[in-house]
Amino acid sequence: MRSTFSGFRLEPRSHLPRFINWTVPIGSFFAALFAGALLLLVTGQNPISVYQRILERAFLDAGSLSGTLIAATPLLFTGLCAAVAFRVGFFNIGGEGQFYIGAIFSSGIALALGRDAQVWIAIPAMIIAGALGGALWGAIPGFLRAYLRTNEIITSLMLNYIAGVIAVYLIFESSSFWRDLEGTGKMFPKGKVIPPVAFWPEYGIGSLVVPFGFLLGIATAAWIAVLQRRTRFGYEMRVVGGAPTTARYAGMRPGRVIVAVAAVSGALAGLGGAASVGNFRHILDPKGMQQSGFGYAGIVVAALARLNPVAVIFVSIIIGGITNAGYALQGPDFPSGLVGILEGLILFCTLGGEVLMRYRVVRTRGVSSNVAGAQ
Amino acid sequence: MNDNLFIVVFAAAIYYGTPLVFAALGEILAERSGVINLGVEGMMLLGAVGACWVATSIDGPAGVVLPIAVVAAMLFAAAGALIHAFLTITLRVNQIISGLALTIFAGVAGVSSYLAGLWDLGQAPVANQFGKMDLLGWGDLPVLGPILFNQTLLTYLSWLLVVLTSIYIFRTRWGLQLRAVGESPQTADSVGVAVQRSRYLHVLAGGAFAGIAGACFSLSILPTWQNGMTLGQGWIALALVIFGFWRPDLMLVGAYLFGGLSSLRYTLQARGVEIPQLFLDSLPYVMTIVVLVVVSNSAARRQLGAPAALGKPYEREER
Repeated sequence: MRSTFSGFRLEPRSHLPRFINWTVPIGSFFAALFAGALLLLVTGQNPISVYQRILERAFLDAGSLSGTLIAATPLLFTGLCAAVAFRVGFFNIGGEGQFYIGAIFSSGIALALGRDAQVWIAIPAMIIAGALGGALWGAIPGFLRAYLRTNEIITSLMLNYIAGVIAVYLIFESSSFWRDLEGTGKMFPKGKVIPPVAFWPEYGIGSLVVPFGFLLGIATAAWIAVLQRRTRFGYEMRVVGGAPTTARYAGMRPGRVIVAVAAVSGALAGLGGAASVGNFRHILDPKGMQQSGFGYAGIVVAALARLNPVAVIFVSIIIGGITNAGYALQGPDFPSGLVGILEGLILFCTLGGEVLMRYRVVRTRGVSSNVAGAQ
Repeated sequence: MNDNLFIVVFAAAIYYGTPLVFAALGEILAERSGVINLGVEGMMLLGAVGACWVATSIDGPAGVVLPIAVVAAMLFAAAGALIHAFLTITLRVNQIISGLALTIFAGVAGVSSYLAGLWDLGQAPVANQFGKMDLLGWGDLPVLGPILFNQTLLTYLSWLLVVLTSIYIFRTRWGLQLRAVGESPQTADSVGVAVQRSRYLHVLAGGAFAGIAGACFSLSILPTWQNGMTLGQGWIALALVIFGFWRPDLMLVGAYLFGGLSSLRYTLQARGVEIPQLFLDSLPYVMTIVVLVVVSNSAARRQLGAPAALGKPYEREER
């Protein structure tokens, strides 16, 4: 047998056990932690103490869970963004840019409404503006893919950089409406703080502070789950995602469905941008957003959640915990780059674990693979 | 006369286009074998950090240190490519997500920055750099001299590799096998080509090339370490593969076009030309989309382009 690894081969399982929904994500999460520990060990760090610090700063220390929810909120939205699009085979890598545009739109409307606006107008306006901005930005690669046959991966990615350039321009290179031109803002470019009426509320449950954005995210995830399973649009998404030709024969218009999915996906990331401005930053903060990279991390969240919108809620808390620990532990204690390493490893292990569950590993032991495969 | 704007822009186009040439050339090899690798950006950063590490930690004459640094860059990036190769070729996972995972793992917030922090890179420019040199003594020729013959060794190496890769793909037996593997792995397998081995080799070669692309940044363009210093050039390289219809010669043209666009912000600003920053900074990215749209349509019409088995794992049993 001429194979790179002739010691074993992969044989498809005849039926997929239900426990795969739980075992793959959990198993791959721990496999990733293990691989990360090896990397830390090889480079002279103590993995146990690093992981212990992550665990403490993410979940165990006083107030750490509230911090984790702050990081989990944008991840919840960007995770939904990726989950919805990937389900349909539309690889929207543009969550990052859609997040920026959502933040630009929502901070813009909050600043425009000013300090005399009503709370019940300001906050819904920010939600709508953020979703609209993200939807417009997300619809571009959808339209290009559906009608001009252009690879959405690269176009959505380029739009991330363009959105980043626009956000930086608004704050650092122009005297725009978003920029604070008074006080310290004259010396050091920064965004104008939105009026306090537009600050999104937080709810205290004991010592835990739950941001309104996170609750909005949970409601959105539930809505997406219903949309996918119980509506005509959800049915069309499944068919277009699974078999585009069948969809066309069935009288659906795959192009329209893809543009709609792209817009919904973008709107979700845009909501994340709105939540980030409304609940936490209260300004348009291009550098901060670029450093966080919530859009890219959303892909990890979606993959670990196996593209299930409800599972995204839980996974966003886990990845949010790692992200939060990464902020809290910068410095010699916590090597920079570890968050990305763990995220990448989780993604690798999820992919590998998925295959190992779908197939059985069969040792060939000298038996020709063709004979073994014939059965 | 050798420093008018026209000449400066063209020379800069080649200088800044060189990393794109290496990265896209490597991706052409991988994709010709049927494997998309979206990890180019991450592999470039791995190469950049490897090269920077060698150039910072080894003292010696440039002729010794720089080749070692480039080899280190190739090895670092190929190590990243190996993960992708194992997952996509042996385990047959989704190539798109695996490549993204590689970029997240190795990229701005990942291994490359981790290693740079560990080795304390980026404090000062590296001692040994690839500077512009007049290799053939033709640098004084009017117009062509400063554009073509006053470049870095890396640029000359990229030309050599473009020629060799073109010959390899289209004029050799191995190249024919490579194209067969990418177009129809079943057929290739049935005539005795080792499909998996071919894919492994070309994905690894693609990684090594992306590593040299990274070295262009840390040994010449910057030339030091900065987290995420490739600024999305790896993604533009992916677009260039499509732009060049998976051919090295056409890709070269695109790479210099985008090298020119990326360099405009430096060349024009140095000359005091007033153009809004927003426009210059977003130009390469906007143009990538525009070019991709145009090329995708004409490619679809003329049935040119992507290898037929691109992105599809090869399962022998399904034959």
